[in-house]
Amino acid sequence: MSAGAASVSVMPAPSSNDEALLRPHAEQVYADELAALARADDRPRPPSWRMSPQAVVTYLLGGVAGDAIVITPKYVGPRRLIEVAVATLATDRALLLLGVPGTAKTWVSEHLAAAICGDSTLLVQGTSGTAEEAIRYGWNYARLLAEGPSRAALVPSPVMTAMVTGQIARVEELTRIPSDVQDALITILSEKSLPVPELGTEAQAVKGFSVIATANDRDRGVNDLSSALRRRFNTVVLPLPASEDEEVDIVARRVAQLGRALELPEVPSALEEIRRVVTVFRELRSGVTADQRTKLKSPTGTMSPAEAISVVTSGIALAAHFGDGVLRAADVAAGIVGAVVKDPVTDGQVWAEYLEAVVRERPGWGDFYRACREVTGA
Amino acid sequence: MSEADRVAVLGVRHHGPGSARSVVAELDRLQPRAVLIEGPADADPLLALAAAPGMAPPVALLAYAPDAPRLSAFWPYAVFSPEWQALAWAAGHGVPVRFCDLPAASTLAMREAGDDDDGRGEVDDEQAPELRWAGRRPFSLDPIAEMAAAAGYDDPARWWDDVVESRLDGASPFPVISEAMGELRAAEQRLAEQAGTQAGTETLREQRREAHMRQVLRATLRDAGGVVAVVCGAWHAPALTGPLPPAGRDAAVLRGMPRRKAALAWVPWTHSRLSTASGYGAGIASPGWYHHLFTTPDHTVIRWMTRVGGVLRGHDLPVSSAHVIEAVRLAEALATLRGRPLAGLAEVSEATKAVMCDGDEVAAAFVHRDLVVGELLGGVPDDAPPVPLDADLRARARSLKLKIDPVEKSLALDLRKDTDRGRSAFLHQLACLRIDWGTVTDDLVKGTGTFRETWSLRWRPELAVDIIDAAVWGTTVMTAASARIADAAANATELAAVSAIVERVLLADLPGALGPVLRALDARAAADSDVADLMTATPALVRAIRYGTVRGTDTGALAAVVHALAARVCAGLPGAVGGLADDAALALRSALDGMHAALALFNPGGTNGVSPLSPPRHRGEGPPVTPLPRQNVRQRWLAVLASVASRRDVHGLIAGRVTRLLADAGALAWPEAATRLRAALSAGVPAAGKAAWAEGFLSGGGLLLVHDRDLLTTLDAWVASLGEEEFLDVAPLLRRVFGEFSAPERASIGTAVRQLPGGHEVGAAPDGVAAGDLDHDRAAAALATVELILGGAR
Repeated sequence: MSAGAASVSVMPAPSSNDEALLRPHAEQVYADELAALARADDRPRPPSWRMSPQAVVTYLLGGVAGDAIVITPKYVGPRRLIEVAVATLATDRALLLLGVPGTAKTWVSEHLAAAICGDSTLLVQGTSGTAEEAIRYGWNYARLLAEGPSRAALVPSPVMTAMVTGQIARVEELTRIPSDVQDALITILSEKSLPVPELGTEAQAVKGFSVIATANDRDRGVNDLSSALRRRFNTVVLPLPASEDEEVDIVARRVAQLGRALELPEVPSALEEIRRVVTVFRELRSGVTADQRTKLKSPTGTMSPAEAISVVTSGIALAAHFGDGVLRAADVAAGIVGAVVKDPVTDGQVWAEYLEAVVRERPGWGDFYRACREVTGA
Repeated sequence: MSEADRVAVLGVRHHGPGSARSVVAELDRLQPRAVLIEGPADADPLLALAAAPGMAPPVALLAYAPDAPRLSAFWPYAVFSPEWQALAWAAGHGVPVRFCDLPAASTLAMREAGDDDDGRGEVDDEQAPELRWAGRRPFSLDPIAEMAAAAGYDDPARWWDDVVESRLDGASPFPVISEAMGELRAAEQRLAEQAGTQAGTETLREQRREAHMRQVLRATLRDAGGVVAVVCGAWHAPALTGPLPPAGRDAAVLRGMPRRKAALAWVPWTHSRLSTASGYGAGIASPGWYHHLFTTPDHTVIRWMTRVGGVLRGHDLPVSSAHVIEAVRLAEALATLRGRPLAGLAEVSEATKAVMCDGDEVAAAFVHRDLVVGELLGGVPDDAPPVPLDADLRARARSLKLKIDPVEKSLALDLRKDTDRGRSAFLHQLACLRIDWGTVTDDLVKGTGTFRETWSLRWRPELAVDIIDAAVWGTTVMTAASARIADAAANATELAAVSAIVERVLLADLPGALGPVLRALDARAAADSDVADLMTATPALVRAIRYGTVRGTDTGALAAVVHALAARVCAGLPGAVGGLADDAALALRSALDGMHAALALFNPGGTNGVSPLSPPRHRGEGPPVTPLPRQNVRQRWLAVLASVASRRDVHGLIAGRVTRLLADAGALAWPEAATRLRAALSAGVPAAGKAAWAEGFLSGGGLLLVHDRDLLTTLDAWVASLGEEEFLDVAPLLRRVFGEFSAPERASIGTAVRQLPGGHEVGAAPDGVAAGDLDHDRAAAALATVELILGGAR
């Protein structure tokens, strides 16, 4: 029957041709850098680690492997945060990355896992519907019914797989998982073992196993962690970018990567528009203009760097396909209005005030002002 | 043994615990015959006190000019300061010790002459290495940063910590540091020459300091046999090492150096003042951590983390031993990752935040405040020469029979008695200086015009530091308080703040400050065009006059200021009441109320004690104001109110309120007021306007409605005449007005409404009680009680 054939075609083997993938994993994209770092690394490595903690830090923050291969920075931000994160994993503690949406929590966790164990795919995506099986283990019911409980009928979760292979398991959006399911992690993290009472056995964690969880600051309290679970984690709060230049750097870097991945045509001199987008985001986020002269209202959204990145990316797509190939104010205007105005009533007012009080007065921003007015239809 | 060999220069980092430890080890090894320390040479007579019982660091040497106390400088020392350890070592071994830097007399004189670059100068200069780390040298070259960068560190302080501060073994680092500093000084010299920088005052000062150090060193070498140890900032080490240059050159540099009279004293200090956070520019960021490093040689990190756990538990945060264990592990893992020999402050702080605080900044801030900075208070022996302000404070406390006692106790003062008045003034003066020995427990505002004042007194050791802080303002409590309050008045930005200061001046009985403060007030009032501000400022002044009369202060100048303010308000009010929005009207209404009440009390012949017949006596330094004739103030105010009441462009709230104020003051007959109410609530006005008018008219006193039948009837008739729609519009506003009344008032109003003749008839004569109805016997009993009360107060 053709259904079987179709299912094979939509589920290719994981190691298939990287070129065709929409979003390859970190360990696929940066395989060369990882290999170079591992090769040049002569410092002691914790058990099961692919490279030393220092090399992991270099992989994330950029630098040089050996003396030839340049390592691109994956995370732009305070070095000490990444050091704390890596040191946490090196002491076999679990790591909890906190931050407002769009502060690269998932990004950091993926790259940490890729650098430490070469596999960032042992992932549990937390949702309100995440069940205990996603963290512990499930059953292949056909087998269970046919053969009774057996090792072969057991379907291990990513966490269980990570335990027995000594790798890093990732849990995304930990606070979205219902509390009782979250607590399944407690035994795993404190006893480092996972009992399987149905088979009368247990899975014991191999050295090198750890968990990186991410959670969203803004949603704290959705399913807040129990203190017992919280105690098992070291917490690292990822901040919003400290300075405008840093944020422009982040946005420009990511936009370039995404542009390549999406095979957008090259768009020249986007830096000026990127800086403008970042300025708008930073000013609205902090509630004051960059020169500290004018107080502003802040919109309800978080105005995170991730949103700035998507504004610029969609602007580039617009410019490439519908514009003249140069990123102009009109191309980012639509995206920026959409990012700011999440709630049409309150945010609409915030945006209108910002537009009239700040954008209109600013020298050289006339094109942007007109473009935004056009989008708003005013 | 040549002279150069007899000198051992120990270049230290000020307030560096590692330096301190190395200094002690080196002194033990060298067994010098004399010790020289970088510090003001004229403080030598005070050095013996450093070893006296009762002396507990952190302490500071305070140098001040007795005739100009604001000219002062501090040299702070903690137990982990190398200088302090050298002092203690010398005292313990009976070795003579001297300070070798420029005398404070010259430092202060140069400061006075403006040679010194910034206000807090001396501390900065003394902490020169740290200052250089902050990059504030004239040349951009930053010696420690250069060395740190050469060693591959991004943070110079951490480099120093790793190489010197955190080392626990005893190997002497001093020769190496001296050599490195020599290289840096040479490099800096070259850079300065390339840039063509001429020796400015800064360099001249530096030259003089080092010349002076060498001169003292030469004298000491002459007097003492054997080795002489010099403890100074690392930067100066090369200038003192090796064969000394000819004495004549140094003498030439020192010639013509200014001097002035200076006095020195030991004063208690605190850890928080050592830290940068207190605005002490060249301080250290983590005195608590350094103290821990110095005093806890074994299990440093473990003991620290245990203390962190204790602090967090003290703030009700759940921290278990498991947390402490994990935090120590993380700190050590971080140190390994960063290739540091021992976990430093950065590592322990980050581990604390990640493990014990769940990444929470607020909890981490507790640890920073309570532990990393810490709040250790030093002490000096009782027989140490005190700061003059301290001496004056204690003398006055003694003469006023106020005991300096750490136990809290309450003190009730009767301001009609001289002693109590003196006590009150003294405590208020201390409050002006922010020396919070006593706090007023009763609310002063509530007890307007009272002659009683209750204080709660508790002497805390930290007050010693507040006294030092205040010492820059003057040598006696009185002059210091005057200077400080006059300064506060000159720098205040809001009129109301200045008028509050006037009140404090009178409370504190500071006649010397009154002139400047009133001038500031007048200047502020002239510049302030906002009538509401002017009106808000007035009540405090009127209150002040009333206190003044209780306390027997001459308040003539003050009365003149009130007159001037009132004149400005009267002139500005008509312009300010037009076209107001609801919010602005509400704000103006409360200002109006306050002003009106204040003027009622100020009114000559009213309840305040200023006699209408005695004209205000002007002090020579009184502000240039042109007072209205006294009797006219109130009339003029009422006339202005009347003009406002009759205008049509005034917000209902204000118009209603003004009508009510006029009626209360007797400037408007009640029947007339009733007519106006009826007119304001008539059909021509929109419902919201009516309600606002009613709110302005009625708020603040429900009893009026109970007793004034005319008014109540008018109001009742108005409510009854409202259409359904109109009533729904108005109900919330009316409810707000009546909600302000107390429950018994509302009940009385209800009763009164029930007793109204059911129709539109206006009630009978307002005097509802005929004279014949009085029961004289019952009234006599009440009168006797009243007499008793009045007599008891007399």
